Amino acid sequence: MDLHFGDSKPTDEEQAAIDTLLGPPESSWEGADRSDADLRWARGGRAARDRRDLLLPGLHAVHDRIGWISEGALDYLCRRLTVPPAEAYGVATFYAMFSVKPRPATVLHVCTDLACAAAGASELCAEVEARLGPGSGVSVERSPCLGLCERAPAALAVKAGDPVRTAVSAPTTVERAVLAASSPDSAPEEPAAALAVPQAGDPSLTLLGRVGVVDPASLDDYRAHGGYTALRQAFAIGPAGVIREVTDAGLVGRGGAAFPTGRKWQATASQPDHPHYLVCNADESEPGTFKDRVVMEGDPYSLVEAMTIAAYAVGAHKGYLYLRGEYPRALRRMEHAIGQARARGLLGDDVLGQGYAFDIEIRRGAGAYICGEETALFNSIEGYRGEPRSKPPFPVEKGLFGKPTAENNVETLVNVLPILTMGAPAYAAIGTGTSTGPKLFCVSGSVDRPGIYELPFGATLGELLELAGVRERLRAVLLGGAAGGFVRPDELDIPLTFEGTRAAGTTLGSGVVLAFDDTVPLPRLLLRIAEFFRDESCGQCVPCRVGTVRQEEALHRIVERTGADAAADITLLREVGRAMKDASICGLGQTAWNAVESAIDRLGAYE
Amino acid sequence: MTVTSLGIPRRLLEFRIDGESVRAPEGSTILDACRSAGKDVPTLCQGDTLTPKNACRVCVVEVEGARTLVPACSRKAEAGMEVRTDTERARHSRKVVLELLASSVDLSTTPEVAGWLKEYEAKPDRFGPDAACVDEQPRIDNDLYVRDYDKCILCYKCVDACGDQWQNTFAISVVGRGFDARIAVEHDGPLTDSACVYCGNCIEVCPTGALSFKSEFDMRAAGTWDESAQTGTTTVCAYCGVGCNLTLHVQDNEIVKVTSPHDNPVTHGNLCIKGRFGYQHVQNRD
Repeated sequence: MDLHFGDSKPTDEEQAAIDTLLGPPESSWEGADRSDADLRWARGGRAARDRRDLLLPGLHAVHDRIGWISEGALDYLCRRLTVPPAEAYGVATFYAMFSVKPRPATVLHVCTDLACAAAGASELCAEVEARLGPGSGVSVERSPCLGLCERAPAALAVKAGDPVRTAVSAPTTVERAVLAASSPDSAPEEPAAALAVPQAGDPSLTLLGRVGVVDPASLDDYRAHGGYTALRQAFAIGPAGVIREVTDAGLVGRGGAAFPTGRKWQATASQPDHPHYLVCNADESEPGTFKDRVVMEGDPYSLVEAMTIAAYAVGAHKGYLYLRGEYPRALRRMEHAIGQARARGLLGDDVLGQGYAFDIEIRRGAGAYICGEETALFNSIEGYRGEPRSKPPFPVEKGLFGKPTAENNVETLVNVLPILTMGAPAYAAIGTGTSTGPKLFCVSGSVDRPGIYELPFGATLGELLELAGVRERLRAVLLGGAAGGFVRPDELDIPLTFEGTRAAGTTLGSGVVLAFDDTVPLPRLLLRIAEFFRDESCGQCVPCRVGTVRQEEALHRIVERTGADAAADITLLREVGRAMKDASICGLGQTAWNAVESAIDRLGAYE
Repeated sequence: MTVTSLGIPRRLLEFRIDGESVRAPEGSTILDACRSAGKDVPTLCQGDTLTPKNACRVCVVEVEGARTLVPACSRKAEAGMEVRTDTERARHSRKVVLELLASSVDLSTTPEVAGWLKEYEAKPDRFGPDAACVDEQPRIDNDLYVRDYDKCILCYKCVDACGDQWQNTFAISVVGRGFDARIAVEHDGPLTDSACVYCGNCIEVCPTGALSFKSEFDMRAAGTWDESAQTGTTTVCAYCGVGCNLTLHVQDNEIVKVTSPHDNPVTHGNLCIKGRFGYQHVQNRD
């Protein structure tokens, strides 16, 4: 590969940002000044190309320091990593949080997604924009879900510099958003993670038991509250024992697909190809979902411990935690927890003195819903565009870097701790026969106490909404997020289990419960869902790339129409939706039409 | 004589296509098997010299037990598989996909697509006159070839041909995402500032005419491009000793473009800048 770099040079600051990540360049081949030695020495080949996975961290490094990625910075980064500039440009332009054009150092992301839209985000956004005009040095961006739905409406300010500064403002007002953007350092501290857990302190909680109880910064406190007993148990019963327990417990993935975790781990562990990898998917970008954020902010060590157990079970010595770019506090807490665990021998070459090596690397996403799809996530970590791969082969066989990989989301992983501490039979006794264990639900919208609720599988939707203080005049409930489906207020007896929701013709998805009262204009909400998918489609396959656009156009046409006036467009929507479901490469395109379809069929949205 | 490598002997898999029992060597795709069985499945992003990206989804078929339809071009055949190529479900998806494509890009220079639109009764107009389309001006920044992204269906074939599958130049990539995704060189600049080495292998694999010889582009604009009046003559490139085959496309005694046979064991359809574009001296008659 004979790479071609243009004449653009990085500024000193851009170069410093990249060199801080990668170390100083060793030779002129990498961008240093030419020396005599360079004439007789070339750097390249596989060793150089193997660092391609540092592309995304490199782009973050530049973006954090400067606020955008210039030609010179991108070319320098490419030179350092032996990545073709065209490919790196393709990667940089893939992510919503990156800019390849100059823009102000401060960007205020104002969430306009479902929960925030229902809480008046569009008016807020317009006013903030009016206040932070062109001269303010702030760029106001309308953002997809920021994962702060329990505190809607939400805004996130990011001020580039060394170090980068962030401020989360939620629930926000025009004043608070402007303050966060103009001086992120003096913006008020975010409320404690426990405030997102209305049941906090309830001794019956299993997954959320430590949120609000332990100090998330203290490893000792975590251990004093039962931390690391599950890992000791794992070492006592061995990897096969862990997989047996998880299988017997009946744990299935909580990210939305509900695949049996034990089977996935067994399939990964038994692959002859090595190394094996563990990937924790903490890229929850489903509008309405924020449970993984609260777990990481409120009980970060539990995830470190759970990842260690999972890696031990599947025979992995390296784990990646792919964390949403929009979660600054979760990032800080997880970085701290991983650092502490490493310093105390709970990660590293000899975990707990058991002779087992494991370490975790955090990778930050940069604003792409599709990267929650497991194969797109692998591409993102590897330094490619976050486009999904075709399956088969499945990740257990060829996953991250083409090697056997177990990928699980945060909630799935933290369930492993109670399985090992209480034993598979006791865990399996929670919930129903086929949906076992406790489940986290993200409740937001028209309720008095929005937040994360932990209930055993089998509670009904009505019971959950009751707990959250559902307001009067409920119009609809969106189950499973934007990729899920709507149900009517007279269907609140649906049991919240995988089989129960399936029988009712809907889905539990990732556990989103978004309640809307009759003040929310349904057609506009559906339009927002369509806009979300159009915006988040990676563009790789035709049904999704063009289908999401055609659906949004049809919904625009019928936003004010009903009955016979809307009939032709609804037929069109159905036909396109059916092809998207059948022919798209990945889950994004396959589910993009679900919510709107359910609103038409179950709610009679345009009748 | 064309030499085709037979490779190591492969086991034959037995499965069924549209109820008929077929046998295909292990590693074949469903599309290979369909074509051997004489069944026609439309394809756009599939190419005979590249690993298919299965992005266009025109070739989807039904496989028993699969939740969604599967792309015939890249799904490997398995023993016992029950494949149905012409069900209402598969036809519906192909029809909608063709409508989505034809309503968003210019398919006027895409071979065979007019026939498929007719066969599947696709009506791209039904999305209305305001349906968003790829609205791009042709990019003419050099004398060798033109990029007309109005015709681009994002099949990724040019990216693969320029990248690790053939040329290893990596001059082009997909940039942006969703409906705004486009093919571009680094920093979305002109071709002349990019890593492009003008081998033209991207033109060779482009299924829609989004990438074309400047000569062809100019003649189309002038209304003088006439494929029925062209002859193709395959010869050996005289520039170096490798022995690449060139097919000279000649209209009115002028070479209008140069391709290379895909089944040629030396080139597999690929050429370098000299073989592809260096033909002016042949017609310099002064």
